[in-house]
Amino acid sequence: MDAKTIKQEEVLKVVGTRPVRPDGVPKVTGLARYGADFALPGMLWGDILRSPHAHARIRGIDTSKARALPGVKAVITSADFPEQKYEFLGPERVAINFWHMTRNIMAREKVLYEGHAVAAVAAINKAVASEALRLIEVDYEPLPHVIDVDAAMQPDAPLLFEDMITRGVEPAPARPSNVSKRIEFKLGDTEAGFAAADEIVELSFKTAPVHQGYIEPHGCLARFDADGQGEIWASSQGHFVVRAYTARLLDMNIGDVLVHPAEIGGGFGGKTVVYIEPVAALLSRKTGHPVKIVMSREDVFKATGPTSGSSMTVKIGVKKNGKIVAADGVFKFQAGAFPGSPVMNATMCGFAPYDIPNVRSVGYDVVCNRPKSAAYRAPGSPISAYAVESTMDAVAARIGLDPLQFRLMNAAKAGTQTAWGPKHAHDGYAETVKALLDHPAYAAPLAKNQGRGVASGFWFNNGGESSATVHITEDGSVAVATGSMDIGGSRASMAMMAAETLGVAYDQVRAIVADTASIGYTHVTGGSRVTFATGIAVVEACNKVIDELCARAAMIWNVGKGEVVWEQGCARFSGQDSGKFEPLSLKAIAAKRAVTGGPIGAEVSVNAGGAAPGFASELCDVEVDPETGSVKILRFIVAQDVGRAIHPSYVEGQMQGGVVQGIGWALNEEYIYDAAGHLLNAGFLDYRVPVASDLPMIEAVLVEVPNPNHPFGVKGAGEANIVPSMAAVANAVANAIGRRLTELPMSPPKVLAAIDSGRRG
Amino acid sequence: MSDIGYEAPQTLAAAVALLSGANGLARVLAGGTDLLIQMRGGRVAPGLLVDVKGIAEMRAIVAENGGFRFGAAVTCMELVEHAAFAAAWPGVTDAVKLIGSIQVKGRATVGGNLCNASPAADSVPALIAAGAIARIVGPKGSREAVVEEIPAGPGKTTLAQGEIVVSIFLPPRPPRCGDAYLRFTPRTEMDIAVVGTGVNLALDENGVCRHARVSLGAVADRALLVPEAAAALIGSKIDADALKRLGAAASAAARPISDKRGTREFRIKIAAVLARRAAVIAADRAGRKG
Amino acid sequence: MAKHHVSATLNGNAVEYLCETGQTLLEVLRDELQLTGTKEGCGTGDCGACSVTVDGRLVCSCLVLGVEAQGKKIETIEGMAEGASLHPLQRKFLEHAALQCGVCTPGILIAARALLARNPDPTEEEVRFWLAGNLCRCTGYNKIIDAVLDAAREMRGN
Repeated sequence: MDAKTIKQEEVLKVVGTRPVRPDGVPKVTGLARYGADFALPGMLWGDILRSPHAHARIRGIDTSKARALPGVKAVITSADFPEQKYEFLGPERVAINFWHMTRNIMAREKVLYEGHAVAAVAAINKAVASEALRLIEVDYEPLPHVIDVDAAMQPDAPLLFEDMITRGVEPAPARPSNVSKRIEFKLGDTEAGFAAADEIVELSFKTAPVHQGYIEPHGCLARFDADGQGEIWASSQGHFVVRAYTARLLDMNIGDVLVHPAEIGGGFGGKTVVYIEPVAALLSRKTGHPVKIVMSREDVFKATGPTSGSSMTVKIGVKKNGKIVAADGVFKFQAGAFPGSPVMNATMCGFAPYDIPNVRSVGYDVVCNRPKSAAYRAPGSPISAYAVESTMDAVAARIGLDPLQFRLMNAAKAGTQTAWGPKHAHDGYAETVKALLDHPAYAAPLAKNQGRGVASGFWFNNGGESSATVHITEDGSVAVATGSMDIGGSRASMAMMAAETLGVAYDQVRAIVADTASIGYTHVTGGSRVTFATGIAVVEACNKVIDELCARAAMIWNVGKGEVVWEQGCARFSGQDSGKFEPLSLKAIAAKRAVTGGPIGAEVSVNAGGAAPGFASELCDVEVDPETGSVKILRFIVAQDVGRAIHPSYVEGQMQGGVVQGIGWALNEEYIYDAAGHLLNAGFLDYRVPVASDLPMIEAVLVEVPNPNHPFGVKGAGEANIVPSMAAVANAVANAIGRRLTELPMSPPKVLAAIDSGRRG
Repeated sequence: MSDIGYEAPQTLAAAVALLSGANGLARVLAGGTDLLIQMRGGRVAPGLLVDVKGIAEMRAIVAENGGFRFGAAVTCMELVEHAAFAAAWPGVTDAVKLIGSIQVKGRATVGGNLCNASPAADSVPALIAAGAIARIVGPKGSREAVVEEIPAGPGKTTLAQGEIVVSIFLPPRPPRCGDAYLRFTPRTEMDIAVVGTGVNLALDENGVCRHARVSLGAVADRALLVPEAAAALIGSKIDADALKRLGAAASAAARPISDKRGTREFRIKIAAVLARRAAVIAADRAGRKG
Repeated sequence: MAKHHVSATLNGNAVEYLCETGQTLLEVLRDELQLTGTKEGCGTGDCGACSVTVDGRLVCSCLVLGVEAQGKKIETIEGMAEGASLHPLQRKFLEHAALQCGVCTPGILIAARALLARNPDPTEEEVRFWLAGNLCRCTGYNKIIDAVLDAAREMRGN
């Protein structure tokens, strides 16, 4: 097939190759240290008491017996945390509210989900800590609970917050509800649009909450001194965020908290927030000893944010020739116990791959008695894409068009108006569709009980604040440090971009992740932003270093700075009689650094704009066992516009990993609750993520339409790949069995019921 | 968990004495793959663990009187790696292969799988279909019991206090026989069976089924031996009609609950599907033609 | 109750430790012996991140008690390399980018080594079924399978 390649003006030597990552050996030898792997002398074990009720008022907590147990050094409750002001801070899409956050860290007036933290202890060992938890007496007044999003929106639903008045509605509702917010985006006139349509398809969908499923539970070690300063070792996607939130929740100066970036065993968005770090910090401050807290797998499922379950309705109107004339989507998302589901993202992303003149997209953020939702890989977008892309397929079938051609015909490109305001600034979507159309697998025949599905998706990708330093060592090697936690190989791509910019060998460059005191503010490793934004910071720092290297060479040669250029890793004299001076390598200039002005290095902080969105289109072939409803994935191809793949193996890995998460989401993963609001499957036995034998090889097709706003053309690659995956599987199943399921997961009983209803009907 | 005792007796008599003398607070520790999880989850709080892995009779696999006897503390991996046993009992071997992961099978034992008495235990329907007999030793001496008599309900056995299952005997194989075990799980591995079916049959020289045993797992409070299902096969050539009757009998015998792993209705349906498919595999292994 | 005094062999060296009855081998490795290469992902034998071998047998160390390791040969990820020489599986994992966050990697390497010791020429399907007890959430398993098959090829001398 014809992968889109970009005419390059110069041949890249390092970018685009596949070297071994600089942090690789410790990871394959067991020496890399993750959040739970740290220990300090005199360390205490922290443990957290969690609510057994889905919803209850806390009438009182008696910690006296726990305090009296030998070996217990501190017991804390929410009373030990300062109160926070109620206000929403930051951009609307990702707004935070510390009044909510402190209550999620430790419940105050009420517990709002089974697993909600109510108290914590620090003790000399795990056994004493567990025993101490058993001795804490909490006087609960259980309350009726609600979990399903539709149920939570009913007028008689139990209320989590008796004073919650829906934001975004004019005039404001008179009565409180569980609807924290209503969002609406409008473009054109959907009423007129639908009136002009030849065909209209309207479908409703439901999805269950799913967890990010990182294999490493949250773990941290905190050491806070008598003078109020402290250190935290945490596995997190954002150590600067850990610092900021911990400081705020404990009413400390941010500068008094130093966070060390431990290696992180997966996050996918779920580790961009704090749960245990402020608790460990407070326990450490109170006891004067280091405190370690590691969550159990059960607590991870019960008390950390899965993403939203949803209830959605999508309506699409088309002309006979396939032109979409109107689209309407209503997306109701579970926020969990506190406001902040990713429904705004969902309302924006759902129709984003398409050029549609009339769009209305409405979202509801609804609280309910399960853990507060946390970000999960392109948060919100995979959910609305499931609904939109399933409906798109139904529309294509209704008018007899090939589903890929239908999408191509309506594809957004640079200049297309989005429903939420700006115009698309980048091409790339159509190229992903074409990549599938051109793929030989698209024409491959299918056998009985098999079906093929396609789907597309969009994700914003972020830029934002990143910092990087580049220093030349005394022997001319290059030390790169950034503030971006490395979840999936970014140290390799930072080293590669630096090596390429400086014109040196990859092995001459080492990249590390610096702690919060050693480098400038850097936002989380999430939003597909690191190779883009932190990459820009690294390249700009390299450019500054190159500038300085040229200045040093000019001094050494005693020539004007304008007569020195940097080419292929050396300073070269560009003035008259250019052979006069031998080129000076990094090593040669570094050797003379002391007499030319001292150490050579640069730090750059950026707030990177110009991130280009991610588009992906996917093809899935399935075989369905008509007697059991079992779905087997036969083939999966993901074509994603990544701008430029710095390290193609790691970009492919992101694509393959995201797709497999989507497959699990489509077929088997869901939170299962009993009638009392208790989670029944809080473990990897019954929360079923895909295992190796469930899957074929996932083919990753790298489409490269470069982003002119990045020195190497990078577009974020980590997230867009999960967006179409559930719909691709759903569309394949629909084609295999001739009936469309509109609920996820498509577990075998549901598939079998759909098949059987087809047999009877 | 600092007040749990641990003993590793080297003889059956010592083990029985320890188990009888602990006021019901002692538990047998073989593979530990169920017990450790139950202890961690607080569902079980033993005062004493009696590690039986040092007792020779419980760890041996021997040919005996034309059949096989394997110790209750033989690990799943050891059993599936035993070429002669796997050749004689491919269905039982298939069942044991489905218990957990390779890691779990490296420790888990068939004796433990039986005595943990999960209604969904994978080895049990295959053993019942095979006509397996357990040798049990206790304070009153030694006895034998057909395997289907041992599970009494979820997590309960008919063993008296102090009794241990020492070994399991599988009888000699007649000519033209075959056994098979199938289970339904949402993923390909790593799940607890939603339904399990074991079929063991023997054909005569004309391909007519003369003996059959059919057992179902995960569709009742313990694995079931279903004589009506076997009756559907006996006298037939395992043709489509017989298979249909077999399926109907399997569904009729199933009395499952709905839980997080499957609904009642789904399990009843799948019992029929898997019984049919297992019977076909068993018949093919028995060498039927066509 | 007094702790058990256990003597065993760990990565080829004699080792002794004290443990309570209820302490798992995983806890002993991580908390008593400071060998944190073996990870806890679930504590219930469902994820394989804690995989080690005991007397050559692949097991979940969260399902083995520390006291049960008496007299046994334990091998963990820290013993997989030969001094400063990486095992072919370790090298191939790095070459193929078969790890992203790396937390499942120790368990998968131990499991893969156990597979190749038993079956030096596995098919893709055999590798997938052997590794079904090792969860990976980052890679989708693709490059892990590639790396194992490539390491097997090298170890066979092909």
